[in-house]
Amino acid sequence: MKIAILSGKGGTGKTFVAVNLAAVAEKATYIDCDVEEPNGRLFLKPQDVRTETVCTHLPCFDAQKCTACRRCVDFCRFNALAFVADKPVVFADVCHSCGGCALICSADAVTEIEQPIGMIECGMYENVKVITGILDLGKASGVPIIKAALELVASPADELTVIDCPPGSACTVMESVRVADYCILVVEPTIFGLHNFKMVYQLVSLLGKRCGVIVNKADDGSSPSDNFCQMHKIPVLCRIPYTDKLAFIGAYAQIACQKDEKTKELFQQILETVYSEVAG
Amino acid sequence: MKIAIPVDEKKMSTCVCASFGRTPFYMLYNTENEEAIFLDNSAANAQGGAGIKAAQIIIDEHAEVLLTASCGENAAAVLNAAQIKIYKITESTAKENIAAYISGKLVPITEFHAGFHGKQ
Repeated sequence: MKIAILSGKGGTGKTFVAVNLAAVAEKATYIDCDVEEPNGRLFLKPQDVRTETVCTHLPCFDAQKCTACRRCVDFCRFNALAFVADKPVVFADVCHSCGGCALICSADAVTEIEQPIGMIECGMYENVKVITGILDLGKASGVPIIKAALELVASPADELTVIDCPPGSACTVMESVRVADYCILVVEPTIFGLHNFKMVYQLVSLLGKRCGVIVNKADDGSSPSDNFCQMHKIPVLCRIPYTDKLAFIGAYAQIACQKDEKTKELFQQILETVYSEVAG
Repeated sequence: MKIAIPVDEKKMSTCVCASFGRTPFYMLYNTENEEAIFLDNSAANAQGGAGIKAAQIIIDEHAEVLLTASCGENAAAVLNAAQIKIYKITESTAKENIAAYISGKLVPITEFHAGFHGKQ
């Protein structure tokens, strides 16, 4: 089973939830798709790390073969190509590496060259396989890294995969939840938290994903986020109150369910609930 | 010579639009017959690469000069490659800026902003 952990807002506790879910499972794969700032590996400290480079394709135009027909430029829906002085010019940061220009070219003038944009780290931490996507600084989109990281999941369907998503509700999040059987939305009991929660809830609903909510740093249950869950009948999997103890454990890069029996039981319970939701 | 200007409305008295890539229309002013035509900007609602597509429109119309408030770096790269000169407007309406350009009062833009990419 693949569970994606999302939140509209950053800093709500996605990594906290994802890391603990992976750590309480008998065996799990944890994938950090927050490729601009992956930090799950600070908690799940992987050993024997292997790395591989991730590349995207960028079109390269052969001036000898190009007939200046302009079909590639007109075809590019991302507007990554311009046609200047009778030749196509590519803008690397706008190109989505779709390969359309190479397909549409009837003169065989387009070759795709590989461009490194980041890497994937893979290692083991106790019972957890830790996969981390890392985007190079200054690169425009992490989607290819996320795709490559998710392709590395070869675990059987009954084994747990936890996908730690990037914040927000943009392309990188959509790519991260694409393969998920269930989405856990980590929300904060604040007005700002609710604003971004609504956006991410809209996204997973649109994608037809089952979802449940964890209210992190929860107070008395009367917050705007709690009300939104009631109104839309979104299951609240659990409410985790803010405690100094959890904050300290996090600050020391320790895993809460390994340090605190109550937290361990809590995450075991969440896993059971999600398993039964998916099965039912 | 043709002068391109991003504008808010399809009329001679229109103001210049603050955005080059996302403007609703372009005015193309021909200095020889002193007539203007207006084009819809098909890049206005593009998800991305609006500046590149908008620059392409200007090139395809064989404009030689662009008068604008600002311009992104991708659009500037396309326009520069096509040797289109980019000048910064100083007045609010298209007409006033054309007059200012013709009398040599406008200066070329040398700094181009990075894309907004959804940011304001």
